[in-house]
Amino acid sequence: MLGLSVLLAACSGSDFSEAERETIASLSIDRLGDPPPDPSNRFAGSRAAAAFGATLFFEPRLSRDGTVSCSTCHKIDRQFQDDLPRGRGVGETDRRTMPLAGVAWSPWQFWDGRADSLWAQALVPLEDQREHAGTRLGYARFVAEHMRDRYERIFGPLPDMMGLPMSAGPRGASDEQAAWAALPEAKRAEIDTVFANIGKALAAFERSIRHTETRFDRFARALAKGETPQGDAELSNTEVLGLKLFIGRANCVTCHNGPRFTDDHFHNTGVPQPADLPSDEGRAAAIAKVGADPFNCLGSFSDAEPDQCGELRFLVKDNPEMIRAFKTPSLRGASSRPPYMHSGQIATLDDVFGHYASAPTSPRGQSELQPITLSEREREALKAFLKTIDGG
Amino acid sequence: MEQQKSASLWMIGGLVVVAIAAFATLLMMRGAPADLDLSRDRLTTKQLYRVAIAPETEPFDRAALHGWVVTVSTSQGAPVDGAEITVDGGMPQHGHGLPTAPAVTAALGQGRYRIEGVRFNMGGLWEFKLRIRAAPGEDDVTFNLDL
Repeated sequence: MLGLSVLLAACSGSDFSEAERETIASLSIDRLGDPPPDPSNRFAGSRAAAAFGATLFFEPRLSRDGTVSCSTCHKIDRQFQDDLPRGRGVGETDRRTMPLAGVAWSPWQFWDGRADSLWAQALVPLEDQREHAGTRLGYARFVAEHMRDRYERIFGPLPDMMGLPMSAGPRGASDEQAAWAALPEAKRAEIDTVFANIGKALAAFERSIRHTETRFDRFARALAKGETPQGDAELSNTEVLGLKLFIGRANCVTCHNGPRFTDDHFHNTGVPQPADLPSDEGRAAAIAKVGADPFNCLGSFSDAEPDQCGELRFLVKDNPEMIRAFKTPSLRGASSRPPYMHSGQIATLDDVFGHYASAPTSPRGQSELQPITLSEREREALKAFLKTIDGG
Repeated sequence: MEQQKSASLWMIGGLVVVAIAAFATLLMMRGAPADLDLSRDRLTTKQLYRVAIAPETEPFDRAALHGWVVTVSTSQGAPVDGAEITVDGGMPQHGHGLPTAPAVTAALGQGRYRIEGVRFNMGGLWEFKLRIRAAPGEDDVTFNLDL
């Protein structure tokens, strides 16, 4: 009976309740607006920095062996992700590569939010031994040799690196770490500044990567205007059923809310721990890391005043809810980018719905999920709806 | 006989689990109860204080970090300055707390205090709890926000 009324309601748009209409409008890309400013990066809005960042993003020489660029995992023709369960740079990482559309809106970066800005995030893979595997001094030297003019036009003079080792950094191989520790503190700060500026340029570029309008957005726009959706903006009966479930009984919109379909927070949803990886505490382990990160909003390389660092100042600490909690990913484009979850544990959307319906116990901490019943037809409808927020 | 008894025990157990799950789902789905007090001006539990809250800007974006102004007076209406105020809360229907740790960042005078660092990451029914300590004593108040 309920199914029938949903079917009859399809397409006309007039049969959504007032609350449903408001929720649909809240999900529309028309509600997104401009990205929030990043006071920690005074180059965030610089076109020259963004262009320089684009060059750096696609530059494989920004890696130990000259083969890994940001675009190795963040592939431009694949929503800036790589379709793999876990990202692969020099080696294989523990986590799924995240797509980049709309990252400028995320207050926290990485699945566990261990970076509080895009530029602080960008620095981590550059030195991760399984990703780019280079060092900050190596990168500063590379920029000085190959991109000096562009760098100096934006950021000012590069430091003198005469007589310094070829490669050194606190997260490098043991000899590189030793070389870094042997540098005078003032010299380390100069190199750190160049490293931070590389991150700030990458962030300026990444801020330009946006979600594109989808069929759902055209549907929502028509609905908001009180018009009947026309052409590809018209959703099928199945898609409308999926939308109604998404914002209703299936509770998806609880976390996947707002125009990016994410609440920018961290949740334990009982996703299994891969047997071949070390135990992953998610957000609970990231809180100390972001607080100690010298490149965070409150650090000396940030351009923000302390009172502009609201996320860090009002950070929740010691919360058991954060054990194995991971960031809610945007669902825009998700239907065409399996596998799912923070380590690519779940291969298909069908399996994702199975996971949410059964709500398994979390390997650690407490899952927030409650089991629900979803018929085969309802799962197909949810899948059909997710395609309407996927520009492909 | 024993087997039958154990089977029916299992069945009852199963039914209880299903009932709890159904109840939990119902809790998550329902909106604010019709008789829930959504007032933003209330007396504290022990009636030591009268407390009013208002977002710093109206309308406010619940999903972005934002501030609230709390006005504390005695139950007779005299402004209370020098109070220590702590903030807590969450979504009772979902069993989770606030996504941030809001705090008082300024005393604005005449019993008014600024709370910063508030974010509500979901739509629905939230509790916003304040614990107030000042000369009249320690007391708490819970506001219900339907966002």
